[in-house]
Amino acid sequence: MALRQAAIYGKGGIGKSTTTQNLVAALAEAGKKVMIVGCDPKADSTRLILHSKAQNTIMQMAADAGSVEDLELEDVLKKGYGDIACVESGGPEPGVGCAGRGVITAINFLEEEGAYEEDLDFVFYDVLGDVVCGGFAMPIRENKAQEIYIVCSGEMMAMYAANNIAKGIVKYANSGGVRLAGLICNSRNTAREDELIIELARQLGTQMIHFVPRDNVVQRAEIRRMTVIEYDPKAKQADEYRALAKKIIENQMFVIPTPISMDALEDLLMEFGLMDEEDESIIGKTAEAEGVAATA
Amino acid sequence: MPDLTREETQGLIEEVLEVYPEKAKKIREKHLTVNDHAIDQSKSCIKSNRKSVPGAMTIRGCAYAGSKGVVWGPIKDMIHISHGPVGCGQYSRAGRRNYYVGTTGVNTFGTMNFTSDFQEKDIVFGGDKKLAKLIDEIETLFPLNKGITVQSECPIGLIGDDIEAVSKAKGKEYEKTIVPVRCEGFRGVSQSLGHHIANDAVRDWALDKRDGDNSFETTPYDVAILGDYNIGGDAWASRILLEEMGLRVVAQWSGDGSISEMELTPKVKLNLLHCYRSMNYISRHMEEKYGIPWMEYNFFGPTKIEESLRKIAEFFDDTIKEGAERVIAKYKAEYQAVIDKYRPRLEGKKVMLYVGGLRPRHVIGAYEDLGMEVVGTGYEFAHNDDYDRTIKEMGDATLIYDDVTGYEFEEFVKKVKPDLIGSGIKEKYIFQKMGIPFRQMHSWDYSGPYHGYDGFAIFARDMDMTLNNPCWDKLTPPWKQAAGSEALAAE
Repeated sequence: MALRQAAIYGKGGIGKSTTTQNLVAALAEAGKKVMIVGCDPKADSTRLILHSKAQNTIMQMAADAGSVEDLELEDVLKKGYGDIACVESGGPEPGVGCAGRGVITAINFLEEEGAYEEDLDFVFYDVLGDVVCGGFAMPIRENKAQEIYIVCSGEMMAMYAANNIAKGIVKYANSGGVRLAGLICNSRNTAREDELIIELARQLGTQMIHFVPRDNVVQRAEIRRMTVIEYDPKAKQADEYRALAKKIIENQMFVIPTPISMDALEDLLMEFGLMDEEDESIIGKTAEAEGVAATA
Repeated sequence: MPDLTREETQGLIEEVLEVYPEKAKKIREKHLTVNDHAIDQSKSCIKSNRKSVPGAMTIRGCAYAGSKGVVWGPIKDMIHISHGPVGCGQYSRAGRRNYYVGTTGVNTFGTMNFTSDFQEKDIVFGGDKKLAKLIDEIETLFPLNKGITVQSECPIGLIGDDIEAVSKAKGKEYEKTIVPVRCEGFRGVSQSLGHHIANDAVRDWALDKRDGDNSFETTPYDVAILGDYNIGGDAWASRILLEEMGLRVVAQWSGDGSISEMELTPKVKLNLLHCYRSMNYISRHMEEKYGIPWMEYNFFGPTKIEESLRKIAEFFDDTIKEGAERVIAKYKAEYQAVIDKYRPRLEGKKVMLYVGGLRPRHVIGAYEDLGMEVVGTGYEFAHNDDYDRTIKEMGDATLIYDDVTGYEFEEFVKKVKPDLIGSGIKEKYIFQKMGIPFRQMHSWDYSGPYHGYDGFAIFARDMDMTLNNPCWDKLTPPWKQAAGSEALAAE
């Protein structure tokens, strides 16, 4: 099959890296050849595959060696569970430099060095949080990822983020071939979470490709720096990731998303009880003022 | 050709604007005007210091050029780090002929390029550590430097490097003045903001170093020359006159300037401001903080020199006033001989100028001393206070153009048909190929000085040898001449 490149976006802390690695492990188990490209200065996108604390990153090794040109592909590309190829772009510590440029440099390096082997089936980009600048949009520019999966949950901020990312995709969808391929709901056990995400997906013009339930086995595996697939292949949760992998392999639904307005999003949240009807009379009022009004 | 009337000049502007798309035309028409002596505030007739029109060729520079290339760069005993990728530093290295005294690489560094030479990893991980290391290396290799400035290139502002913290820490460590300058090229609309930022850096990091230190013995006749960049030795030719009239020039920046002179400037009695555009900010600051008056002067051509010397003398006692008269008398025979020699060869010739921050108005007097007339002038990066001053210097109904585009300038020249154009290197070859005598008025075409009486003699000679050069008659090859006369005959 032809190489498919996918990028995973979503609000910070939503479980992108964990979901990506478990998904990729399931794909590898199903016989697919996969590469993960971590696009996050924290460099935690491959640890469950490599059983390592944090992989040496392209940018760190380039800085040590002098420049990116001094690096060889085998220095930065490590093979882990299921022969999954792992790369981390890396970047600066918080507060200095430009992490976005690090992502651009790293991906250019991988392309020039031929990391995208012909027999690869999938490349997954695990991207930091939101699309904050050109650097973090790198994976969705032309000739990179064609399909985007957004990890979200039934929490308000996760849905805001998903909608914002959809806006970013629209921008690049019009100039290139990138498409939204679905929402992955990484459950936080909120009320009517699946219905909510299905509805959000419908409004964005896409699908909820899978609902990944919450299960402590994920954490138990993670402590051991392993995916659930590898740590406990018989676990029910492993089957959930296998199901997700199967759906992604078979996915045909690639759309230019239709991001919704803030009002529409808030209506949706209200409908599912995540947000109260806005009370105009309390806007901009301090606690003290409210207290006075209450006693009056 | 005879002078254009007001209506003809206005018609010319409209004709030139005609080719622009509506939006560009609306913007550009505000930057072109016919001089009117009835107006005293330029804002009613011309717009300036605005973003250039996309697609139109502008010759402006950037904020980095204004700081590194103009204000800070010529301070000779400091090392100016071009902080960022290598190009900005290398292509601005020794570009202006800011003459200076000293041994380059030992105690002066004016023509050298110091850069942090940013690589990918410096962008991604930040360049603060590299900057600190660079300063350490400078201290080892060039221990006689008297201070360092950090001239920010664009990426510094994008990645948020804390150059102030590094400058502070290293300045303390080496007990030297280290000045961070936030002159990232993308700031502002031209080099003009770079001048302002550089002036602010002088104010914040250098000028107050000797506040409260009275060990420097002052005299009632102490002055400073500000905004003379000593192109081809201009400041030296100016300094002679000031010293001969009895003044003591304590400081001169930034041409052939030093950090210690800069630090002593708040001790002077009067600041003499040559380039108003690039150093009015610091002059105003010194007036406010130290009560030092400042005045603009003009040492181009004997008329303006005489005016300026007398105006300067007004700030002092009779000794200096007599000194000014003595200087004027002393050079009278000399400059009269220059006029007598060249005026007959240049009389009535028309000049169009397009230069930077001050010469578009300051050199008018020198041309007039030679019997020439400036019929069009304009600035790359002036503000309206510059045009206020220009209106008075230019003849009525002459052409004034701000941030002129390549197209506009060429069209104006075709219609106005000046005998000489004074502008920069980017214009030079275009107009020479059009067969029009041309002088570079940024670099004096590698000649100079042009300031002072000494400079006037050189100025007059240069204008004459350019204008009256026999080569201008030889531009049409013989076969074209023949065709030309046939064509004429056929008409």
